[in-house]
Formats: sequence, C-alpha cells, structure tokens
Amino acid sequence: MFSLERWQEIFETISKNKLRTFLTGVSVASGIFILIILLGVSEGMQNGIEKQFQNDASNIINIYPGTTTLEYKGLNPGRRIQFTNEDYELALSGKEKVEYKSADYQIWSRLISYKKEFGSYRIQGVMPDFQYLENASIIEGRYINETDLNQLEKHIVIGNRVKKDLFKDESSLGKYVSLGGLNFKVVGVYTDPGGDREEARVYIPITTAQVVFGAGNNIRSMGFTLPKIDNYDEALAESNQFTAEIERQLKAKLLVNPLDTSGIYISNNIENTKEIYLLISSMKLFFWFVGIATLLAGIIGVSNIMLIIVKERTKEIGIRKALGAKPMSIVGMVLHESIFVTAFSGIMGLIFALGLLEFFGPMIELDFLVNPSVNFNIALSTVIILIVAGAIAGFFPAWRGAKIKPIDALRDE
Amino acid sequence: MIDIKDLHKSYKIGKNSLHVLKGINFNVKEGELVSIMGSSGSGKSTLLNILGILDEADSGSYHLDGVPIKNLNERIAANYRNKFLGFIFQSFNLINYKSALDNVALPLYYQGISRGERNDRAMSYLEKVGLAEWAEHKPNELSGGQKQRVAIARALASHPKVLLADELTGALDTKTSYEIMDLIQQINDEGKTILVVTHEEDIAQMTKRIVHLKDGVIIKDEKVEQVRALEHV
Ligand SMILES: Nc1ncnc2c1ncn2[C@@H]1O[C@H](COP(=O)(O)OP(=O)(O)OP(=O)(O)O)[C@@H](O)[C@H]1O
Ligand SMILES: [Mg+2]
Repeated sequence: MFSLERWQEIFETISKNKLRTFLTGVSVASGIFILIILLGVSEGMQNGIEKQFQNDASNIINIYPGTTTLEYKGLNPGRRIQFTNEDYELALSGKEKVEYKSADYQIWSRLISYKKEFGSYRIQGVMPDFQYLENASIIEGRYINETDLNQLEKHIVIGNRVKKDLFKDESSLGKYVSLGGLNFKVVGVYTDPGGDREEARVYIPITTAQVVFGAGNNIRSMGFTLPKIDNYDEALAESNQFTAEIERQLKAKLLVNPLDTSGIYISNNIENTKEIYLLISSMKLFFWFVGIATLLAGIIGVSNIMLIIVKERTKEIGIRKALGAKPMSIVGMVLHESIFVTAFSGIMGLIFALGLLEFFGPMIELDFLVNPSVNFNIALSTVIILIVAGAIAGFFPAWRGAKIKPIDALRDE
Repeated sequence: MIDIKDLHKSYKIGKNSLHVLKGINFNVKEGELVSIMGSSGSGKSTLLNILGILDEADSGSYHLDGVPIKNLNERIAANYRNKFLGFIFQSFNLINYKSALDNVALPLYYQGISRGERNDRAMSYLEKVGLAEWAEHKPNELSGGQKQRVAIARALASHPKVLLADELTGALDTKTSYEIMDLIQQINDEGKTILVVTHEEDIAQMTKRIVHLKDGVIIKDEKVEQVRALEHV
C-alpha cells in the first residue's frame, strides 16, 4: 500500500498544491503545538505547586530513632535506639522502587568561620540524593557527590544565609571555611524553599562527618522517596507498604517490640499531600482535555480540507478510474496523503513545541510555573496519535473518493 | 470484438424514467473503424459509456472480446477498463498538473509497470503522435489538437483492444479535426479496433462504417467508402 510509486504520486500532488497542503499542515501543526505546550505548562505548574507547598519532597519518608517503651526479648523499656550504616543498608534491601535515598548525620550547632566572620550553624553529613529530599536547589557550584562520599573529601555546600553571613558580597566557591579546626572547601551554594531557617545549614559528605565528629558508623536518620505515581490512592498504598516493610526489618534487627510505637518513628509526608495530589491530577486532566480538544479540531480541519480536496479532484479521480484505478487505490491515495500531511506537520509542530520548552523552559521561574517540560514518552505517544488521527481524518474523504462514479465525474458540463 | 444483444437502458429522473436505449443489437469485428451518428439526445454517449464499462445496461448482453460484461464489481470493472479499453474524450480529460509524459504513463501506473518502463513506453507513444518534444509540457501549455494527441497516446499506451472516442473532434477546428482523424486512421490501419461517436457527417465519412442511432434504436448500419483525412488537411 505504501509503495515507492505511491510516494512519488503523493509528492507530486502535494508539490502541485503547495498552498493547500501548507494550510492543512498549519492547522495540525498548531494543534499539536498547543497540546504539547499545554502539557509542558501543566508539568511546570505541577513543579510550581510542589515548590510552593513543600519545603521537602512531597513524598518524602523519614525514619528517626526513638526510645523504646515496651520490653522485648529480655530488654528493658527506656532503651535509646541508635541507627548505623548497616541499618540504612538493611532498610534499602529488597526495595526495588526507590527514587532518592540518603542517610544523614547531624551536629545541631557548630561554629563556622571565614576570615573574621563566623556564625553557628547546623552541620549535616549527607549523601548526594539528600538535595532532592530537601528540595534544595543549587545556585552556585554543585551539591555533595559520590566522589566526595567515597574519598571522604572535606567539601562543604553552604546555604545562602550562611554565604551572606560569612562571605557578604565575596564569592565563596573554592574558598575554605573553618569547621571544628579543619578547613572545608566550599563546592556549592544552595537555596531552599524553606527559607532562612533551612538555608542556615551546611552540608558535608556523611562519611567525612562520621570521621570528623567521631561518630563511627552511626547515622541519625534516613530519608527516602518513591517514584511519583499520579493516582493518590496507589501512591499512598505503595508508600505504606514500603514503610511497613522497613519498620518490620528495622524492629527485627534492633530488637524493638513490634507493638512499640516509639522505638522507631516513621514520618510519611505523603499523608499530608492528598490535596496537592488532587489539585495536580485534576489540573493534568484539564490540560489533557483542552489539548485533545484542540487536536480534535485540527483533525476535523484536516478531514474537511481533504473532503474539499477530494471534491476538487472529482474529475481527476474519474479520469483515473476510467484509466483503470481501483477503488482501493483511490482510498490509498487519499489516506496516504492525509496521513503524510498530518504526521509530517504534526511532527513539525511537535519539534517546534519541544524546542521551545527545551529552550525557554529552564528560564521560567515564576511562583506557580517552574521548568515546564514534556517527557519523551508523551511526545512519542502524540506522534502515534497523529498517525491515527491522519487515518481517521482521511477516512471519510477517501471513502467519498472511492465511491465517485467515473461516468458522473467525467460528464461534460 | 464487441457483441451486444438487445441492450436496454433507461435513466430515472425523479418518478419518471427515460428510456434511452431501446434494444440495441450491434457487432464490431477486430480492426473495424466504426462511427456512431445521431442527433443530440439519441443515446450515443449512453451507448459508448456502456461499451466502455463506465455504465451498465439494464438488460441485454454485452461481450467484449468474448468476455461477458455483466454485474462487475468496481475492482474488476477497473481492471477491464485498464486492460481492454482506451478512452478519448471531447474535452481531453488530461490531468492538468501532470506533464504530457506523465499523463500518458498513468494507465501503465495502474498496470503496476515500473516507472522506468512506464516512461519509455509513454515516450514512444508520444513520438507516435508527434509530440516527443512536448513531453515535459503541462496540458495548459498545449493547443487543443496537441492535447487530443496526448489523450490518444494515453489511450494507446495500455495496449487496449478497443479505442472508444466520444466526439473527439468536437472541440477542434476543421483542420485540426482532420489531422486528428488522420492519426486515428493510421492507428486503425495498424489493426486497432476503434469506435467513434460523432454528429459531424465529414468525420463519419472518414470511418469505414456508420451506425445511425435515432430515439434509442439503430435505424441504419452501413459500410462506407473511407475518405482519407490526409487528402483534406
Ligand atoms: N445520467 C443521466 N441521467 C438522466 N438522464 C440522462 C443521463 N445521461 C443522459 N441522459 C439523457 O439520456 C438521453 C441520451 O443522452 P446521451 O448523452 O446518450 O445523448 P447523445 O446522443 O450523446 O447526445 P449528444 O450528441 O448531445 O452528446 C438524453 O435525453 C439525456 O438527457
Ligand atoms: Mg454525447
């Protein structure tokens, strides 16, 4: 059906009718363009809302140690629980779906100085993913990375508040601050939607922290997020299952009575985010609806134009039939042209929209619109939608064309 | 080659029905050059359309080269038109955005012949009608006579058994008409069976046999002494 010969025929008719084809194309291209931009904006608004409402990742799960209140296996109540690196590894074991993960070790308050300036700040030993758990965004340099962790680097990422206190207007990257008598090199500066309070902290690799502060392999707490699921109920169920499993594993290892509610604390942020989920999912639904409606208008436009084309070409189709064109070849001709024009112009619209999002997206940083973007799968499925759309748009005109009787088409007026 | 018996055809116009062909019996042998004459509305085009499988009779039988033409579906009808018949129309019916060469090659496209061979064959027929230099021109750059020559080349390209021409000189002046008839006579001389519908006496005289149609029946069917068109150009 899609032979080389047919392609030649199609290109011939298209190039003979450039304006008409162009106008058809523009209607589809703009439909897809609007759909993609809308989906991008929807994503951006989702980012914006999350940023507005959350200091931390909206689906963060935190696990803290507590003090036991029930006796268990001969151990008295009132025992303080301490987590270690092994407990963190245990919590992760057998968990396939974890998006971000980090253990942390913190010192509530320590003096940090640079030249004559000094201040008291909270020191946190962290892993690279901690950035995303805290929703901290880097404004200069970088965050703590795996190499820092492995090499026990004395690298430090400081909050914007800390930078203003110690460095004033001076640049801080690459400078050394003094902490507990040791020099730490500033590798990054971050801001946090949590504001001054959360920006008055510094991050160092957890491995370094454990050594510097003589913590052995102790950690204070651990945090995880699971990959986002659009459906709130599913997300909640998955999250609860995840925490239940960790709770069981940790209590068994640390000998905490399964009924004890204060030995290990688990805080699951997802329970506070139901409204946000609802807001985001209804917003997404709305944007899809508007986008699809726009696209549908485009398809109807193509169908209409193809119908006009078939009508205009009635005589030509009559001639072709008199020369031996079979009805299927007429259907194929119209469908092929329709699919080609829709798919081609749709992909142009897609590329244009994606390019626009790619280029301007990262620059957009409004309160409720952050980094609008569209993921590749959605882009791909719109291409498939386009091809199907082209076939649907071409179907009725093609049918009309196939039913033209040569004798009617050829009758001299 | 063509054999029709007791052919009837009526058109429905609203509640009324117009009986156009009222029992036509008619035979054409291979190599004949026949003209069908009659006043306007006598049913000439109706008959030719039925012969060309563009339309179907209500009753009666039609055999084309021994093949019964009855109750064909569109697909088979298209195939027969492509294999058996070549059409030449009063208004040429060339596709206006295709070059002369591509127009001539079009029936071959529907025979599934490759582009290269299509163009070779189309070119040889354009040469035959004397338009080789005009191969790349569009129909709107050609004169009426030239357009009709392209149409004749197109009709010949698929090697049909029969050529059917409806008023093929109707849109041309006398001189050009005779040139076209000269070409038709040459093609007939090579053995091609040709049917021509006309209401011009001089054109009819250039065929070998005239069939007179009146009110849907054949009133006269006579062999004539062929006038060679070339002598009058
Ligand atoms: N599709 C149609 N529907 C209804 N009536 C028709 C149709 N086609 C032809 N007729 C009628 O049938 C009759 C014969 O028409 P036809 O076209 O065969 O005549 P003709 O001999 O070719 O005339 P002309 O010399 O003017 O071309 C005419 O009265 C015409 O009005
Ligand atoms: Mg007529």
